Amino acid sequence: MTSATIAGQANPVQYLQAQNRWHWSEIAFWLATLLPFVLAPSYLVLASQIAITALFVLSLDLILGFSGIVSLGHAAYFGIGAYTAGLISKYGWGEPLTGLVAAAIAAGLFGYVTSFIVARFRHLALIMITLGIGLVLQEAANSAGWLTGGFDGLQGIHTWPLFGRIRFDLYGYTAYSYALAVLFLIFLIARRLIHSPFGLALRGIRENGLRMPAIGASVHAHIQTIYTIAAIIAGIAGALLAQTTETVSLEALGFQRSADVLVMLILGGTGRLYGGLIGAAVYMVARDQFSGINPQYWYFWIGLLLIAVVMLLPNGILGGLTLLARRMKVVS
Amino acid sequence: MPPVFGVLFDGIAYGMLLFLLSVGLSVTLGMMNFVNLAHCSFAMVGGYVTVTLMNAFGWPFFATLPAAFIVAAAVSVVLERVFFRRFYRSSDLEQCLLTIGIVFISIAAAAYIYGTTNQPVQLPAYLHRSIDVAGLNLAVYRIVLIAIALAITALLVVTIEMTRFGAQVRAAVNNQRMARGLGINVDALFAITFALGSGLAGLGGALAIEIIGLDPSFALTYLIYVLIVVSVGGLGSIFGSFAAAMVLGVADVAGKYYVPAFGAFLIYLVMIVILMWRPTGLFGRR
Repeated sequence: MTSATIAGQANPVQYLQAQNRWHWSEIAFWLATLLPFVLAPSYLVLASQIAITALFVLSLDLILGFSGIVSLGHAAYFGIGAYTAGLISKYGWGEPLTGLVAAAIAAGLFGYVTSFIVARFRHLALIMITLGIGLVLQEAANSAGWLTGGFDGLQGIHTWPLFGRIRFDLYGYTAYSYALAVLFLIFLIARRLIHSPFGLALRGIRENGLRMPAIGASVHAHIQTIYTIAAIIAGIAGALLAQTTETVSLEALGFQRSADVLVMLILGGTGRLYGGLIGAAVYMVARDQFSGINPQYWYFWIGLLLIAVVMLLPNGILGGLTLLARRMKVVS
Repeated sequence: MPPVFGVLFDGIAYGMLLFLLSVGLSVTLGMMNFVNLAHCSFAMVGGYVTVTLMNAFGWPFFATLPAAFIVAAAVSVVLERVFFRRFYRSSDLEQCLLTIGIVFISIAAAAYIYGTTNQPVQLPAYLHRSIDVAGLNLAVYRIVLIAIALAITALLVVTIEMTRFGAQVRAAVNNQRMARGLGINVDALFAITFALGSGLAGLGGALAIEIIGLDPSFALTYLIYVLIVVSVGGLGSIFGSFAAAMVLGVADVAGKYYVPAFGAFLIYLVMIVILMWRPTGLFGRR
């Protein structure tokens, strides 16, 4: 990703192919995601939530980590996906896969519309506008109580069995398998996307948005495309949550969720695909453990963690590990 | 008298409060481009100082206000020296994360020390009264609040426009690098401005208890309002912050009075539209 590696490989096609090759650690990572089935069967519900959150973080990584768009309102798309899937199911069609598609379309449409606004701004105005979009949507969902259930949340969702036969069980076997499969498939798409010329152009925009038009890349069009894609993925993550938990609350599109997902991404490391997944896992497991002790002080530890990460590990956990691995190599 | 004047009066009082809370952030953001999301935590410090001094030590309300200012300013100086100054050249995102981390810690600390309930203060009786002006029933506390805020605004304008210090601040907001080149010690200037701005926020937090209450979530709830004021008014513009705070205050009170079903919906929408029209805010130059 650094300029040194690009310079070392003169041919851009070869460079992209080299990036696209699977590293053994990636295969190990995905095999490890199967471990909860064996090692912690009683935590499968948590595992499914982690997989869903990881998908959501992945969508933020596409716009923040790879394209440099800071968003404080990303939960808007997650919430739209969750409410779409929830409402379809509530009004008589609980088939999960078509529910995902519907949620993806709804979130994608809203993402496409808002991308016209988002692509035009940078810095504080961008942060405030994304924050504003999220807050407007939350207020709208709160006011439209007849549709969304308002403050009480959306009740009466019933998800039909997967493929018409695999039921969603109480222990989360189906939920985790389902969420993990969706996460893996979308991860493959995102990985392919990032290691394509389009992905390279996005990183160019992140590094210097003013120079990209000079080499023929349209900044607005690229940002709109990736923002819409990220919205679709966030919508799918929201739909997964609605289907597996069979409830949607206002919290699904609140500011808190937007802030949480940002924290997870930073914790794991931005712009690395796996950073978000690791961040989500660490954050969710930690919250599960800490909240058992004293729930109201959870944010003290999150605050401390944030400061520590920003001050000590600017590239997140994964960035720290990469640095460590490189140092070990130099020593040996 | 129709209720519209009463709504206007309450809105102006609320707007004055928002101005006190946000003016410091506007100036420091304009000068250093440092996104300090912990600004309302300093306001919360001021609020809790007043609560503690009044309830535990029996200080009169007005005596606690300077204390709120000083303690909030002192806390901000410590944080600035320890954390913030390392991040002046970092990205927006890192500044956001560092300061939101401080917000989270301040919320948890306030909840730990004072509990999560709204803090009660017993104001002197003469502040609770209301007087009739031209058939309009005006609360004395709000009149006092407006008077204090106006006095501070006048003081700020005089300081910024007529003193040497103010000229340096204006130069640094206008072009930080150029100001450095002319030999202005921008770092020291920033530290002083930062402390004064945080002190004003602390004062605002103390004055806010009677109007909007004080609980640990204050640091996050009003952060959004302060950010709206700052971004709509334009970075580094005192007049812009004042105008934006007035508009926001009146619009919020009027919105809650006339169309309660909409809630804060309208304000967020107005902010988005204004920022789309002028990304640097109404009175911002960059």
